[in-house]
This record gives sequence, structure tokens and C-alpha cells, in this order.
Amino acid sequence: MSVTTASPSMTSNTAPQVIHPLWVRVTHWINAVAMVVMIMSGWQIYNASPLFPFVFPREITLGGWLAGALLWHFAAMWLLVINGIVYVTLGVLTGRFRRKFLPISPHAVVADVRAALTFRLSHDDLSIYNAVQKLLYLGVILAGFVVVLSGLAIWKPVQLQMLTAIFGGYDAARYVHFFAMAGIVGFLIIHVVLALLVPKTLRSMITGR
Amino acid sequence: MRRKRIPGVDPKLLIRDAAKLRPDFARRSFLRGMASLGTLTFLTGCDVVDGFSAEKVLRKMSELNDGAQAWLFDPGQLAPEYPDSAITRPFPFNAYYPEEDAPEVDARDFKLEVGGLVDSKNSWTLDELYALPQEKQITRHICVEGWSAIGSWTGVRLSEFLRRVGADTRARYVWFQCAEGYSNTIDMATALHPQTQLSFRFDNEILPRKYGFPMKCRMPTKLGFKNPKHVVAVHVTNSDLGGYWENQGYNWHSGL
Repeated sequence: MSVTTASPSMTSNTAPQVIHPLWVRVTHWINAVAMVVMIMSGWQIYNASPLFPFVFPREITLGGWLAGALLWHFAAMWLLVINGIVYVTLGVLTGRFRRKFLPISPHAVVADVRAALTFRLSHDDLSIYNAVQKLLYLGVILAGFVVVLSGLAIWKPVQLQMLTAIFGGYDAARYVHFFAMAGIVGFLIIHVVLALLVPKTLRSMITGR
Repeated sequence: MRRKRIPGVDPKLLIRDAAKLRPDFARRSFLRGMASLGTLTFLTGCDVVDGFSAEKVLRKMSELNDGAQAWLFDPGQLAPEYPDSAITRPFPFNAYYPEEDAPEVDARDFKLEVGGLVDSKNSWTLDELYALPQEKQITRHICVEGWSAIGSWTGVRLSEFLRRVGADTRARYVWFQCAEGYSNTIDMATALHPQTQLSFRFDNEILPRKYGFPMKCRMPTKLGFKNPKHVVAVHVTNSDLGGYWENQGYNWHSGL
């Protein structure tokens, strides 16, 4: 196993290194469920008044009609936000974000993208993120903030009108919400494809090792 | 339990009501799509969705959201107002029926019925209503579908009207009945909000039929469907009498 052989100091009876502590794995999978519900119900809500000349096929939406989709969306938002707060708080307090995501430099990102595209990017040590991973993970956390804040701006354009104004008003906030969703979906596709290409990453997000 | 039900939706009402938002769609198939999607996505079997009832959970969450929104509602927070130039022209007609089916209310026969927890249950003629102190607001109407439009409404503050009929403003709700059979119930806090208005005019003209003649209750702090048109009765009450869309699963509070 590459993880154990990568650490010569480890003896055979030592448990392999924990890559993802329990709180990361639990919040990751809760987030996965919440995200999928939010995205699929959000697509149904979008279809009631599309911003662009297309709608999402109903096979990939959740809720069946607008009222059903809104019920799902405004139920799952609690799961998404509470879980997100726990994740970000622990990420900052435990120093995991700093250790895993920083430092990150444009030079390293370019080098790692090049290595990835030529299939020379190493995955030997799953506990260390390459620059592309750092960028994507930081980016999706940022998109998460934007999607939640723009969602609040659309939901409460009177009570939270300062927030709505920051996004350029109610109508503009709808576009911000849409593009933040699109960014997250883009991340999700890359994330899932790469996890399937390197299955041990999927295993480590379940067992921690 | 093998009920095939739509989360948050009363199936009887669902079947009865014209499908405004999906006119071409057989509503019953919604649940089948729902159940299979729910199953595919994160649940383990059809029984889970049907029996354990995602519907019950979603309804509970919607009630919790009513509470959260009531808590978030600041009675002093005004909806933004806009200049004349911002008015959306033409202002969109929107209802669960086509424009030509909008109810025709005869101004001469019209009387606004007042009931419930009020001192004076006398009905009001249009002339009496028009004599009340009025103010104009240019505010954003936001539809539950997502689109918005800015309109100009003129009328009397609902709080002023409630004061004149001696309403018990400690009551929990105000209920509106409309000429076409539409109805809805709002919370007293919103009823007393300074921008909640019994509107008699749109864009300085007597409220046209398509926008709710003879009167609409305009509240820029709630989604459009909570703003009843063609109002014929106002009741002050402590029981939630629901509403046309609310009973079908749309969130009750729907505050903005």
C-alpha cells in the first residue's frame, strides 16, 4: 500500500495514517447529499422562470413542480448551511485548511495542471494536495459562500436588502446564484471523475485511510 | 402505507386545481417522478418515500421556515422604493387563470365585507373606501416563480383600515376572500406593516380588472401570490384559514 510504504518510520503494527479525520468524512457526505438536493430542486425552481433560453430536463430535477421543489430547496438549505458552518469552523480551528490548502501559487497550479494533463501528476501520498486540488477545493468553498449568500439575497430581498444590494439587486442576485451553482456543478463533475479515476481517494473519504 | 402522495401537497386540491405552472402536465405523474428520483438520489426504496413520507418531513420543515421568517421579519424594515422611471411597463398580468377570465366586479354593487375580531362589521362601498387617506408606493413585486416587476400602487394602509374598523390587532391573522374564489391568510405583523396597503390604483389609474379591480392587498414584504386581488372580504381571525396556493404546498409565510 503506497500510503504505508511512503512512511518508512511506520512499523507494520501501526495503524495507517488517517488522511481524512472523521469530521471531514461526515461533513463531506452530508454536504454531498445536501448539495445534490439543492442543485436538483434548484433546477426545477429555475424552470419556473428561466434566466436563459433553456430549461433543465425534468428527469434530473427534484420536486416535480415548483411548490415541491421549493419545499425541498428550503428544507435542504438548513442541512447545507449548518453542515457548512461546522465544516468551515472545524477546518479553520483545527488548522486543516491552512495545512492542506496553503500555500498555493499560480506557478504551482500551472505546473500541476501540465503534469495532470500528461498523466504525470503523482497521487502517491493522498494526504498532500497538489496545487490544482488546492485551487479547486478553495474555489468550491468560495463558491459555496457565494451560492449561500446570493440565495439569502434572493430569499429575503427586503429583510436582507443590504445583502441583495451587494449582489446588484434582486434580479442580478438570481444570476449570481445561478453562476455559483454552475461553478459548483463544474467542480462536482471534475471531482467525481477524478475520484473514479483514482479510486483509493474515494476509499479514503469513506474509511479515512 | 402505500399512499402515492406529493410532498407538501394536498392531492385533492392538486387534482381540482388548474395547473397554472404546468398546464400540460398530468399532476399525478409528479409523485412517480418524485419517488424514483428520491430513491435514486439518496433513499433506499420506494417505501421510504411513500411511507416514511418525505411529505410530512417537508411540511414540517416548511412550518419551521414560517417560524424562521416570522422571527426574521422586522416590522420597521421597509421594502425599497423606486422612481417612476423604474416601473415595469407593461406590468405583467399573472394569475392561475387567463387574463380574459379575471373576475368582473361591478363597482356600483360592490361592498367590502368586514368580519371576525372587529368592532364594526359594516360593509364598505367603494366611495367610502376611496375617501380614506391614501398614499402611493413604487415597489418591486416578486413572484414565487422568480421573476420580478416594479409597479406603482396607491391606496390606504391596511393598518389604518384595521384601526377604523376597530380590529383586534392582537389577533394572529388577517384573511382575505377574493371575487374569483381565491383567498389567503397573512400574519398580523405583516398586516400592520406600513407598506401593506389596500390598493385602489395602479400607476395612478383606477386599478384595472387585470390587476385586481376593485382592490388588491399590496404587501411588498411578501411574494406576489400572497398579495390578493379582487378582494371582497377582510376578516380578522385567530385561526389560520390557509389560502389557494398555500394549501397546495407553497410556503405559508412567503416573506421577502
